[in-house]
Amino acid sequence: MRGVDIEIEMGETVALLGPNGAGKSTTIDMMLGLLAPDAGEVSLFGRAPADAVAAGAIGAMLQTGSLIRDLSVRELVTMMASLYPKPLGVEEVLELTGASEFASQRTQKLSGGQTQRVRSAVALVSNPELLVLDEPTVAMDVEGRHAFWRTMREFATRGKTVLFATHYLEEADAYADRAVLMAHGRVVADGPTNEIKAMVGSRTIRATLPGADLGDLAALAALPGVSGADRRGEAVVLTCADSDQTVRALLAEYPHARDIEIIAAGLEEAFLTLTGDAAKPAPGGQASPVQER
Amino acid sequence: MIGLTYIRFELLRTLRNRRFFALSLGFPLVLYFLIAGASKGVHSIGGTGISAPLYFMAGLASFGTMSAMLSSGGRIATERAAGWNRQLRISPLPPRMYFRAKVITSYMMALLSVGALYAAGAALGVSLSAREWLEMTGLLLVGLIPFAALGIALGHVLTPDSIGPAMGGGVSLLAFLGGTWFPLGNHGFLHDVGQLLPSYWLVQASHVALGGSAWPGKAWLVIAVWTAVLSSLAVRAYRRDTGRV
Repeated sequence: MRGVDIEIEMGETVALLGPNGAGKSTTIDMMLGLLAPDAGEVSLFGRAPADAVAAGAIGAMLQTGSLIRDLSVRELVTMMASLYPKPLGVEEVLELTGASEFASQRTQKLSGGQTQRVRSAVALVSNPELLVLDEPTVAMDVEGRHAFWRTMREFATRGKTVLFATHYLEEADAYADRAVLMAHGRVVADGPTNEIKAMVGSRTIRATLPGADLGDLAALAALPGVSGADRRGEAVVLTCADSDQTVRALLAEYPHARDIEIIAAGLEEAFLTLTGDAAKPAPGGQASPVQER
Repeated sequence: MIGLTYIRFELLRTLRNRRFFALSLGFPLVLYFLIAGASKGVHSIGGTGISAPLYFMAGLASFGTMSAMLSSGGRIATERAAGWNRQLRISPLPPRMYFRAKVITSYMMALLSVGALYAAGAALGVSLSAREWLEMTGLLLVGLIPFAALGIALGHVLTPDSIGPAMGGGVSLLAFLGGTWFPLGNHGFLHDVGQLLPSYWLVQASHVALGGSAWPGKAWLVIAVWTAVLSSLAVRAYRRDTGRV
């Protein structure tokens, strides 16, 4: 972790976005007081993490974890609710998280998806001011994911602050007001999700352009909206910020271009670009403006 | 009071774990009947002046209760492996209440084990006055304090797969050096080592039958020192244990 400086306002929903190993979980551990920073300071509601935790202001669904056995779902949620000063009603939370149907079952009998729901119930029942979710939807199916985010959205509208870590750009885009992009233990971008999406959401245009030479490649790199050009056999690959503009210019200049594909760049690639790793000739890394293979 | 509901569910969980329950109560009972049953008529075992059924009743109570106290370590290690320890750390549950819940649960198991062995002892002819039963029980409960701390410390340091051998081996060794299987005599190496261990003094609780005080001042000192050392280790282990396991 190096120089992570994030400030979150009350009532915001913030996504901590980054590939695996970016430092999201480490950041969250520090926020929750589970890990002490070597240098610097973490403060929650103007207090030390331990004080905010002791006051019951924090609820969290940690990344790894299952449940303790030999209690029913309802008993487990009741037990956790009893630890907080102003918990939500147990039945209300079971309903909200879709855990009512199996509330009488022992925790060791649950499926993976059901376990995740109970884990989210444990986090919600604390009725925290700040809800922290560390890659909460990893083990969920698509339907479960939607239901989960609906629940969290509902909770956020009560004026609560929600911080969640994810490596899905779509999740950050759909559910957060703001995204903080992390890579290699650093914050590489921080802003409203639509800006972040534009930033990392670059597209790649791939077209077959027979006979294109190095001169053409330089010309292609100079087309509007293009940030990089690359040649692979007969095909050219253009990385662009504004693919609409580029594709118009491309067809105007090279009417014989065919097999045109426009592909949204993966988050991992976008991160590599943002962190500047792409400039290094790393294996598989995306290219500097003009490169021939 | 915050924590009461937590303690209640902790107890409930332990009682619901039937296999653990049956094994930790049943094993010392079976051993007791095997050992003491064979020497039922011995009125003064090893020249101690204590009958074999009484001596082994205290001996197996020491064995059973040590296991019961240390079993909290197994439960803690499993909770940690499930990430539950971290979940509790980010709740307002005060560490004091967490420790209290673990210790109360351990003592509940220990008392059940003691009760079962007393019943078995009575069946083999152990007969004590009410005062002697109470005094023996009191000494056992005091002598178990260091083991409550040891269980918590081990639970926060070891993993579920390493805690089994650690506890099995540890309890066997402490029981052997404590004189669970035979009296250690009044002098010699084993006697000298035994006197420094809390397990020895658990077994010595059977001396209530001889009148006077069963524990000399040395016993209280040994228990106090082990309690102080192991408690501080337990607190340290707990404090350091916030990472992902």
